[in-house]
Amino acid sequence: MRYLPLTPADRTAMLASVGAGTIDDLFADVPADALLSGPVEGLAPHASEMAVERHMARLAGKNLSAGAAPFFLGAGAYKHHIPASVDHLIQRGEFLTAYTPYQPEIAQGTLQVLFEFQTQVARLFGVDVANASMYDGSTACWEAIAMAGRVTRRKKAVLSGGLHPHYVGTAETMAKFTGDVIEARSPVLSAQPDDAEVIAAIDDQTGAVVVQYPDILGRIPDLAAIAAAAHAKGALLVVVVTEPVALGLIEAPGHLGADIVVGEGQSLGVGLNFGGPYLGLFGASEKFLRQMPGRLCGETVDAEGKRGFVLTLSTREQHIRREKATSNICTNAGLCALAFSIHMSLLGGEGLRQLAAVNHDRARQTAERLAQIPGVTVLNDVFVNEFTVVLPADAREAVRSLADKGVLGGVALGRLYPQDKALHAGLLVTATECTTDDDIETLALTLADVLKKGA
Amino acid sequence: MTRYFTKEHEWIQVDGDTATVGITDFAQESLGDITFVELPEAGRAVTAGEAVAVVESVKAASDVYAPLAGTIAEGNAALDAEPELVNTAAETDGWLFKLTLTDAAALGDLLDEAAYKAYIAEL
Amino acid sequence: MNAPNASGWKPEMVADDGSVQPMTVSGDKGLQLEEPLIFELNRAGQTGVDIDAPKRGPVAGLSKFLRKAPAALPGLTEPEVVRHYTRLSRQNYAIDLGPFPLGSCTMKHNPRLNEKVARMPGFADIHPLQPKHTVAGAFEAIAELSDWLIGLTGMAAVALSPKAGAHGELCGLLCIRAAIEAKGEKRHIVLVPESAHGTNPATAAFAGFRVESIPATEDGRVDMAALISRLGPDVAGVMITNPNTCGLFERDLKKISDAVHASGGYVYCDGANFNAIVGKVRPGDLGVDAMHINLHKTFSTPHGGGGPGSGPVVLSEALAPFAPLPFVQREADGRVHLVEEEEIASTGHAQSFGRMAAFHGQMGMFTRALTYILSHGNDGLRQVSEDAVLNANYILRALEDVLEAPFAKAGPCMHEALFSDAGLASGFSTLDIAKGLIDEGFHPMTVYFPLVVHGAMLIEPTETESRMGLDRFIASMRSLAERARAGDERLKTAPHFTPRRRLDETLAARKPVLVWKGDAA
Repeated sequence: MRYLPLTPADRTAMLASVGAGTIDDLFADVPADALLSGPVEGLAPHASEMAVERHMARLAGKNLSAGAAPFFLGAGAYKHHIPASVDHLIQRGEFLTAYTPYQPEIAQGTLQVLFEFQTQVARLFGVDVANASMYDGSTACWEAIAMAGRVTRRKKAVLSGGLHPHYVGTAETMAKFTGDVIEARSPVLSAQPDDAEVIAAIDDQTGAVVVQYPDILGRIPDLAAIAAAAHAKGALLVVVVTEPVALGLIEAPGHLGADIVVGEGQSLGVGLNFGGPYLGLFGASEKFLRQMPGRLCGETVDAEGKRGFVLTLSTREQHIRREKATSNICTNAGLCALAFSIHMSLLGGEGLRQLAAVNHDRARQTAERLAQIPGVTVLNDVFVNEFTVVLPADAREAVRSLADKGVLGGVALGRLYPQDKALHAGLLVTATECTTDDDIETLALTLADVLKKGA
Repeated sequence: MTRYFTKEHEWIQVDGDTATVGITDFAQESLGDITFVELPEAGRAVTAGEAVAVVESVKAASDVYAPLAGTIAEGNAALDAEPELVNTAAETDGWLFKLTLTDAAALGDLLDEAAYKAYIAEL
Repeated sequence: MNAPNASGWKPEMVADDGSVQPMTVSGDKGLQLEEPLIFELNRAGQTGVDIDAPKRGPVAGLSKFLRKAPAALPGLTEPEVVRHYTRLSRQNYAIDLGPFPLGSCTMKHNPRLNEKVARMPGFADIHPLQPKHTVAGAFEAIAELSDWLIGLTGMAAVALSPKAGAHGELCGLLCIRAAIEAKGEKRHIVLVPESAHGTNPATAAFAGFRVESIPATEDGRVDMAALISRLGPDVAGVMITNPNTCGLFERDLKKISDAVHASGGYVYCDGANFNAIVGKVRPGDLGVDAMHINLHKTFSTPHGGGGPGSGPVVLSEALAPFAPLPFVQREADGRVHLVEEEEIASTGHAQSFGRMAAFHGQMGMFTRALTYILSHGNDGLRQVSEDAVLNANYILRALEDVLEAPFAKAGPCMHEALFSDAGLASGFSTLDIAKGLIDEGFHPMTVYFPLVVHGAMLIEPTETESRMGLDRFIASMRSLAERARAGDERLKTAPHFTPRRRLDETLAARKPVLVWKGDAA
């Protein structure tokens, strides 16, 4: 078998050298009625590389990929062009098959990358420090709420209606078990984000105020105003960024008063991957450093005075604090953080600005073209690369019909908010640098067609 | 002024109803390089045996317990910039916190220097 | 700090007369290459990507939100990026380079077919919220993986959404908590062996439980009598690892499970060591109610320098109703669909404890793991655990005369061999052997874990080590053990041949420098 180097002769000789007659002698501690007598039944035997590849290709072939159709989906996962060198570099065996850098002398590659990554995230978010990544944006958001609770010693979190419903769901699930109180609200189909409602909800029991930027409908909240209101009541402002490319155009949350900034880094370097693995970004003000979850990489020197890097402040983490850790997290998003960092190193701040400008331009063109379709209204006055359109009827039907015609036309709000009928006419539409003029025209014509037939 | 000790390797220097508490030289030696000390806030009421501070090294975090009941008067602010004082001067400048005692009679339960020295000799 | 090589150190050569002379101007040593930070490469304000200019400016309303200045981050051209990251990669040890015998990490070979399949556009370039009929193949792949995980473990169901092992532990414990609450009971205690991995008590605490520790017996197993005597109406269950962190099979697990169930509790099994028993033993047969599987351990998905992981949780009939969303369900007619919030009532998942993360789970790890599983098949996976156990026993017997192996006399180990620091010269420790092993060209084994053995060294070769590779490793370990017993002072300053010598971790913790500040005013 191609992945098992021991030969039958090896096995025989090695069994003899350990004093075992058969391999099952080494499983002597397993109770006889629990030791299987042969391979697990009902499952297939081994297969050649060719056969496995063919089988998996057949499954993959049943899926309509984003690159094979006009594609306008967003809602927390975005399709961007990833430069070719990124995937080549992350597949180097020294990155792909390395472990967590617990032996720093032979892991300076990983550690220096993490230090660069932390710096990139901190500067992108406009905060003092960032960690070495978390699982994804939704769990990072929950960890931020928990952290704000520890810092303020308050258990209530006020969530904006503009926060991604999966992020809200994750926080509500976790809070059921930790005793935190999550005060969430639904979004409303209005051009204005719900800043006023959020501000009104902040009281002196509030530990965390959580706002997505841009929000789920693509609108842009006034972070400075919300930060002021939060701080006036002793609460922390947690800002969630699901599309980091947007920060190429709009101001960094840390510069507007955010105390903790978290996000989803998938847009840069990682790819759609049907929802995972993704990349949780986590940054905060330095004064809260010891309450931060996740791994941290720090600079130091070695015995010869050369600069080097190590994982540090480990006393916050589970393997030392056990029950009293800031989080139970162990694994980070390692290779995804590397991919993000490489992509970000190619772009730089200037390239990210240009990229965001092009994204906005394509979205603006898409919005203006869709607004021309009878029955379609664009909700947003303001957006970066994602906006909401309102259709004459439940957008899920239109999305299905568009897909039948080979167009992936966006995310129906009914898919995200099945219980909330007031939102069902809404459709989230995203355009990126990958969106062509043909894509936009095809979407418009097909949507117009679909709506006419539905009328 | 008398100095008392506990089996958890704390020393307590009592002056009237104020007790200055730190960890012993024996403790700092076994902890290794101290990297950070988490101190309790002034004004906090504590019971005897309650974990009130944490002394961290690179690979470990050790709880420090209030030897007696009382109210925290202050934490040693010098440790913020120089946690290494706990290594170099554990029983003097590296004190951790001062406690206003509410039950001075309980001092009788603590070890004196001779008893503590005998205790660590057995470890 | 933040200055490259502030000490000005350059490689040096000791001449015959004992004088020390600098060897190179660059500071590099042949193929051992230094590499500065991207921020030090004079690319501030530049970009290395060609982006078409937009046709127009931003919409009017956007002006008050615009950034005043781009983020202060450098942009490198492709040649600079390729060189930077290639040079950095060469400062890493990796499975692709040699044995990585970390106990309980299962650092086996990562097959490249996995990478090829995960990158097929039909898997890599699909959005989680696409209309479900446009991604039927994705759901089928997930269902196929589910069938394998359920079959191999003998359990009833699998929750695929946890993003990593610790996340899976949390999932399992939350299922247990949901089940207890559904019965209207209040049980606040979880029993955890003192040899457990740190994530176990941390997770139990986050799930709202109080942890009580159960000691080990002299033969390295959890003390069954102590555990059973502690069971009661306040105990929600037990978190047990099998094989345990000493590399030994918990013989009494079925009896423990029976007792826990009789007292109304549940059994969580940490599946980190599943590589020892896959295809030979089914945890479901031992009464386990929930077990997370680390796809990045047993099922070969790459460690990537620390992640991403994936921690699906197999569940018993008792806990299956509480599994988190979303869920891939196979109908009687074979069709597969995704159960999200909308469908929970109609598909019998009304008791799900909720959603643990956005979207549907670590699809990229599912395709890799399924590819690995299909490659091995049921017979190959059985061979995997047999070879893993044989390799570990081979190491155990080859070293037990030079290193103390606390449980070696009592019987075989499973997939990992455990040694202690007994017998090392005074002042010499497990750490010195670990650092010496680095100079020998290997990644050290797991050290100082489990805590129940002094100076623990936990060695897990996995099944993808050849006999010749094992012999080379054994020879180095024997040499190091003998040097440590003899008190060879040169071990104290190891490693000597690596890009960096021992690093000052105390300084890094006392004065944390977590971002580059070289351009600060």
